Amino acid sequence: MTEANTLTKKKKVDTKPLAGILKKYPAIGESLLAILQDVQLEYKYLPEVCLKKVSNKLELPLNQVYAVATFYNAFSLKPKGIYVIQVCLGTACHVRGAPDIVDELERLLNIKCGDTTPDGRFTLESVNCVGACALGPVKVINGDYHGHLTRNKIEKILKQYK
Amino acid sequence: MKIKNKEALEKLQKKLSKEFSKFETLVAICGGTGCRGSKAQKIVAAFKKEIKSRKLGKKVVVKETGCHGFCEKGPLVVIRPENIFYQEVNEEHVTDIIEKTILNKEILEDLLFEIIHEGQKKAKKKKAKKKNDEKRNLVIKEDDVPFYKNQVRTVFGQNGYIDPKCIEDYISYKGYTALAKVLTEMEPEEVISEVEKSRLRGRGGGGFPAGRKWRSCRNAAGEKKYVVCNADEGDPGAYMDRSILEGNPHSVIEGMLIAAFAIGSKDGYVYVRAEYPLAVENLAFAIDEARNWGLLGENILGTGFTFDIKISIGGGAFVCGESTALMLSIEGKVGEPRTKHIHTVESGLYDLPTNLNNVETWANVPLIINRGSDWYSKIGTETSKGTKLFSLVGNVVNTGLVEVPMGVSLRKIIFDIGGGVPNGKKYKAVQTGGPSGGCIPESMLDLPVGFDELENAGSMMGSGGMIVMDEDTCMVDISRYFLSFLVEESCGKCTTCREGCFQLYNIVQRITEGKGKKGDIEQLEELSVTIKEASLCALGKSAPNPVLSTIKHFREEYEQHINERKCPAGVCKALFEYEVDSEVCTMCGICFKKCPSDAITWKKKEIAVIDKIACTKCGICFEVCKDDSILKV
Repeated sequence: MTEANTLTKKKKVDTKPLAGILKKYPAIGESLLAILQDVQLEYKYLPEVCLKKVSNKLELPLNQVYAVATFYNAFSLKPKGIYVIQVCLGTACHVRGAPDIVDELERLLNIKCGDTTPDGRFTLESVNCVGACALGPVKVINGDYHGHLTRNKIEKILKQYK
Repeated sequence: MKIKNKEALEKLQKKLSKEFSKFETLVAICGGTGCRGSKAQKIVAAFKKEIKSRKLGKKVVVKETGCHGFCEKGPLVVIRPENIFYQEVNEEHVTDIIEKTILNKEILEDLLFEIIHEGQKKAKKKKAKKKNDEKRNLVIKEDDVPFYKNQVRTVFGQNGYIDPKCIEDYISYKGYTALAKVLTEMEPEEVISEVEKSRLRGRGGGGFPAGRKWRSCRNAAGEKKYVVCNADEGDPGAYMDRSILEGNPHSVIEGMLIAAFAIGSKDGYVYVRAEYPLAVENLAFAIDEARNWGLLGENILGTGFTFDIKISIGGGAFVCGESTALMLSIEGKVGEPRTKHIHTVESGLYDLPTNLNNVETWANVPLIINRGSDWYSKIGTETSKGTKLFSLVGNVVNTGLVEVPMGVSLRKIIFDIGGGVPNGKKYKAVQTGGPSGGCIPESMLDLPVGFDELENAGSMMGSGGMIVMDEDTCMVDISRYFLSFLVEESCGKCTTCREGCFQLYNIVQRITEGKGKKGDIEQLEELSVTIKEASLCALGKSAPNPVLSTIKHFREEYEQHINERKCPAGVCKALFEYEVDSEVCTMCGICFKKCPSDAITWKKKEIAVIDKIACTKCGICFEVCKDDSILKV
């Protein structure tokens, strides 16, 4: 529900970057995922107005664009924070104690996994496997890997991003 | 520059290998995701800078290669041709390595791998280093490290030697020879026969014979045909395919080219996970290079053969590893699997004949063409041929990527190569096959690995993830973990998978919370049968495997959770409480200081006490206590 609410909320979104993204790809259905990935990267989420423009450009029904936008984990209809913390919940990290890491991050940031802090600084999410199992439990903050985590180390690491 | 024909390729290979042989030393630095996570790129930069400033550029070449496999000890640096193996290297070691090892052939003992025997393990590492200096069992050469010694590296063989961002490197190691051979000396039918004779089976999990798939696709009617590489390696704890794409992308491109020629296709796709940015980068770079050198595109090697590859980046949906879902995802649609009464080789991507294999399967193809199907079919067991890459992870001493011939026992992989379970803990199970696989107990460790052998044990090979679990792992919790994964990743098309997995999850979740009831196990089993029978795709059909295999091999653990309300491994938080062992407590007070919920009372020279009502069971006290006096009871 909250995702749908965000979608209907009117907010001014600068569509200039979107125009650039749309120019990069041929206007065929096959480009949809790639375009949405670029939009996600640019805006940190998929704004409603962008979805409509993409739907027009590719001549796809908006519901198909919306279906794709909500099916894949890579897309979000809510804006993400400046720092996206991805905690690996792959099996290898799980057996090395990753659930404790999520608990601790939830406690320190005072949000649930999947949410963004009210100040828009951190988004906490879990991912299935980043393939850095030797470093497990591992989390990735905006592309930086932090490995061999224990509850004790987390606060210190977060401070680097404050 | 485009390579015009086979002769030009051979000439270039000779020229390049002559050029590369001028270097006296090759410094191969592992640049896989794992080592990069431990700052390997800084080491590469430091080496390059120092080699330049010392004007050693003509003698020494520094390469950031793909993953070497021994991720546990990264960052890794190997000095070739002597193959001196240095582990856990950092920037500060660079000067020493250049001055002592490269220039003066001295060995830096501190960076060597040390074989520690059972008895020594318990002695604290630092103390052992100082006291038993003479007794240290150090290994100098890469091939002598036990982790590598017991492996057979064919698919992964070049990973520690070539720079993935340098096509000349791949070519100098006889790269694209198989392609040239196929295009100039063989008919498409012959290529398919050769692959059939090798008895290569798809490495993605199903184990379908690759040659037979190619033949069906060749025989299928269609104006256009597609060759697709499945690089959507979604099994948690598996990263073999990523490391091949990162470290040796041209081997995959070459494999796809050969199949395209055999099948009669001009268009290829690689569908790769967005979570693998380095693999995407290296693959895109390799495709561009191959195009520039005339190895992709029109009139390849002057034979009139045309083929090109596009990359399609996934959106993070596990189900898209399923072939029909993957193809829909390439088309820009929602990845929901469809029934396969018409196979994808007849009607796949855009309803046209499509041949899909995974990364590792493609990387095997050039080897088969180069060395022949006879050579290939001699490796492995009767029904599973060749080698297989496994990612050995979890509670194991040597985490990393392992390549072994099919038929090797699990025990050899986990104990001889993997070094067993760390911290003196006992082995409990190994989970193979990802969320569709199962857990294999100690009693079945002598099982040879192969497609059929593992399936008969109630697990499956899957793509090759092997997650080792020690005695501190709760099997009910593992079952809950996989179910939560599957509930999240089920596409929702089939009711049995969508609702069935959710119900399984609810029951197992209840058991882990100490609210299990008599009859729960039976109900889990019954639901599992329905899900298996009535779901459409492999995700649903195999979804109950983790539950069924843990019930089969660890039933007493479920029973303890339900009947005694106990979690013997101390994982399920509702089933144990933290307590201070008053006989061991040294009254240091660190638990008191670190407790985030003020649940511990302590004063100087007094034993700490945990208030069980205020305690949130976060486990910080357990983690920080230096004398193991916090107990789970």
